[in-house]
Amino acid sequence: MSGQVRDRQIHRLDRVVIRFAGDSGDGMQLTGEQFTSETAAFGNDLSTLPDFPAEIRAPAGTPAGVSGFQLHFSDHDILTPGDAPNMLVAMNPAALKSNLKDLPAGADLVVNTDAFTSANLKKAGYSSDPLTDGTLDGYRVHRVPLSSMTIDAVNALESSTGTVNKKEAERAKNMFALGLMSWLYQRPTDGVVAFLEKKFAKRPEIAAANIAALRAGYNYGETTEAFAVVYEVAPARMKPGRYRRVSGNLALSYGLIAAAELTGLPLFLGSYPITPASDILHELSRHKRFGIRTFQAEDEIAGVGAALGASFGGSLGVTTTSGPGLALKTETIGLAVTLELPLLVVDIQRGGPSTGLPTKTEQADLSMAVHGRNGEAPLPVIAPRSPADCFDAAIEAARLATKYRTPVILLSDGYLANGSEPWLLPDRADLPDLRVTFTTGPNHTGDNGPEFWPYLRDNETLARPWAVPGTPGLEHRIGGLEKADGSGGISYDPANHDRMVRLRQAKIDGIARDIPALDVDDPSGQARVLVLGWGSTYGPIAAACRRVRANGLQVAHAHLRHLFPFPENTGDVVRAYDRILVPEMNLGQLRAMIRAEFLVDAIGYNQVRGLPFKAAELAGVLEDVIKQ
Amino acid sequence: MTVTTNQTGITNRLLDLIPAASQPQTRKDYTSDQEVRWCPGCGDYAILATVQGFLPELGIARENIAFISGIGCSSRFPYYLKTYGMHSIHGRAPAIATGLAVSRPDLSVWVVTGDGDALSIGGNHLLHALRRNVNIKILMFNNRIYGLTKGQYSPTSEVGKITKSTPYGSLDRPYNPISLVLGAEASFVARSIDSERAHLTSVLRAAATHPGSAFVEIFQNCNIFNDGAFDTLKDRSSKDDATLRLVHGEPLVFGVERDKGIRRAPGGELEVCAATDDGVLVHDAHAAEPGLAFELSRLTGDSAGVTPIGVFRDIDLPTYDEQLNGQISDARARQGEGDLIQLLGSGDTWTVS
Ligand code: SF4
Repeated sequence: MSGQVRDRQIHRLDRVVIRFAGDSGDGMQLTGEQFTSETAAFGNDLSTLPDFPAEIRAPAGTPAGVSGFQLHFSDHDILTPGDAPNMLVAMNPAALKSNLKDLPAGADLVVNTDAFTSANLKKAGYSSDPLTDGTLDGYRVHRVPLSSMTIDAVNALESSTGTVNKKEAERAKNMFALGLMSWLYQRPTDGVVAFLEKKFAKRPEIAAANIAALRAGYNYGETTEAFAVVYEVAPARMKPGRYRRVSGNLALSYGLIAAAELTGLPLFLGSYPITPASDILHELSRHKRFGIRTFQAEDEIAGVGAALGASFGGSLGVTTTSGPGLALKTETIGLAVTLELPLLVVDIQRGGPSTGLPTKTEQADLSMAVHGRNGEAPLPVIAPRSPADCFDAAIEAARLATKYRTPVILLSDGYLANGSEPWLLPDRADLPDLRVTFTTGPNHTGDNGPEFWPYLRDNETLARPWAVPGTPGLEHRIGGLEKADGSGGISYDPANHDRMVRLRQAKIDGIARDIPALDVDDPSGQARVLVLGWGSTYGPIAAACRRVRANGLQVAHAHLRHLFPFPENTGDVVRAYDRILVPEMNLGQLRAMIRAEFLVDAIGYNQVRGLPFKAAELAGVLEDVIKQ
Repeated sequence: MTVTTNQTGITNRLLDLIPAASQPQTRKDYTSDQEVRWCPGCGDYAILATVQGFLPELGIARENIAFISGIGCSSRFPYYLKTYGMHSIHGRAPAIATGLAVSRPDLSVWVVTGDGDALSIGGNHLLHALRRNVNIKILMFNNRIYGLTKGQYSPTSEVGKITKSTPYGSLDRPYNPISLVLGAEASFVARSIDSERAHLTSVLRAAATHPGSAFVEIFQNCNIFNDGAFDTLKDRSSKDDATLRLVHGEPLVFGVERDKGIRRAPGGELEVCAATDDGVLVHDAHAAEPGLAFELSRLTGDSAGVTPIGVFRDIDLPTYDEQLNGQISDARARQGEGDLIQLLGSGDTWTVS
């Protein structure tokens, strides 16, 4: 597949958004992933957004079972998986029905005509055939009998490796679609062939069928007149270095492994399966050679309990979960606050309340993370801003947890977890030294000579010493009851409790001095409106700001990684602007904190649709605020 | 794995991972400076004294022992022992102890809990810790009442119990803790009584010797809210007739005159018979199947006029800790230590120059 483009016009584009949509069983995620790999190999910048149904196998052919994968790729740096597709590949009527509303007029649409049977139309809820009833007027529709051409291609194989049955042949249609798209956007396919050969190493006949379908799709584009143009998106100019593509959950897993190495502590993960956090448990379970202990607990409470027990023993204790699980872990996190032991709590937020929208994204656990414990129980809360940033955020969470002997909540979300982007691989020398030293000797002289006081704090950080079991002479007991300042013995003294509550607060507040200042992106320095965001809205907000500036308006953007405590200069930043807009995928949780903390009249822009913001929409909102 | 014997002869393949004490210890070495705050006369005092007296016998370094408790009167226990300890939250001690034990095979990890802590709020964790056979020793003080919250009925209180929360009598049937944990296929299950120092010590020794999780129910008198719950098992005059002391390999015989035995009735269930009758069963704590142990657990004062104490079950199964740590050492032996930078660069990468 040389990529020759015979008799075709080449359209050069600076960016493309393509969406593959089909039934859960159609392999859309795999197709999207492979197209993305081709695109990464080609050198474009990219950002992806998978969209899966909550049901594992909803009835085939129904809208509830539609699975999608969107990829945005470009010749320049991009920040989001794109607002609306330029190209939709719809494998069946249900996929068309649930995705057509996102497709702007004039966009390209490839439909698998073989799937538009009357039975499938009915399952999708179409009363007439959208291919013929005018529904698709205004789109550039490419009608491709994907299934039958795939079967023909597979049947034509003279295979020495054995043959596949018709059903297996038909299942390769996603590779036909991938082949066709690879031709249309001039992507290399060698990597896909290698991938298929490896994936189906034990069933070479299936590998051969898929490769045949891939080639047939590519050749179909090249040899038929169905497509009058091909598109070309030149490689992006990216910072030199070695890259890989990474999803948020993978980057977070790697960040945890790195944090263990950097702190010198063994990693212990106590976790319970929950969407969309389970992939971190899966990933860490694979890397036993790093000495990682993963423990699939009987419930969320045991997951965090075991992690805290491991921390008591000198491990880097981590628990991973999503909103409902964070609610269950609350009491143990409170215990960790008062025990003053390091603990990483990773919450991959999803739509709530309750079970909510397990496979969709939301940012509505911020208030719970910051405030959701009994008593005064402050702890640091931090959030990554992009899939690759999950790596650095995990390391930062471990830094704070170990240095300040505190649980830290890391708020990722479903969009970051499953979305992916290119990641410039770090050098070992770029990573911080977080080595932890345990206390090994007495720290106080009492009436009977040298003693160990587990709550005698470091003057600067206010952190208490961490002496682990196995250390002779430092045997001590800690617990959930209030402790006497210094000695750590049980104390019911009112003044002591008041002091301890304030000390725990002061310790966490003091972290503000140990984190980077809030950075403001205000290229002209003339902006009067500040957009303040946190977490995964970074991409859409930054993209919206670019659009606004391209339209000749000024806007500043600041994005919080540390949600509690805020960086020291946050008050100065927010007070420096006439208006502050806080876009969030919740009903205004950061906004409430900013208003309460700094007495500024921040305004919100809030959506809880289970989907990331669209940059164009956000840009419109920004322009309205600027022009007010 | 080589098995060595420490100074007192207590040993197992997991105990041997724990550093030995550098010099002989006494009870005093295990007594913390905290003032003990249980009600005068509480059975917890006797248990504490027995444990403090027993630990030196283990011959392991004191700093390598950790006691983890939940919430309740019994859960104050760690404060009074001069080992590492954590007084955690209600019901969760087995989960916390699991993380500690699994990540630190060089520690001897004990859980102290009560009937409410272990069976009510923490029931799930108890069963799963035992099912996994994590190397933790769980001492459950059963006083059949909530003490710390001042006298509500507990999951082991008898039906019809009049308490502040059940003025018309409690309705729910109690758990039989031994039956329950045998259902979870616990590898070590035993019962003793707070005031039976020698017996309790022997049970603790057996629990410590057992590789894997051990569950020990200790009948404990709460003289404030449920006084006398175990009197028949403790009174000099009645105890030999009321308790059946289980000893592996010995016939199931009891009574002041050792004139009573346990045999299988024609219907298949266990029954009390004369010690001289045919068919008196011999205790087998090492049986692979927990069937006999379960049947023995069904014998109670109410059902049979006799309550077994001692080790119901003690079988050697692979422990979760050994297997998890084994997977790590296997992976390292096969693939070598992990290399972070290599890992980050695994998968498809490309270079931009
Ligand atoms: S209330 Fe009962 S169990 Fe609790 S300390 Fe007092 S006597 Fe012991």
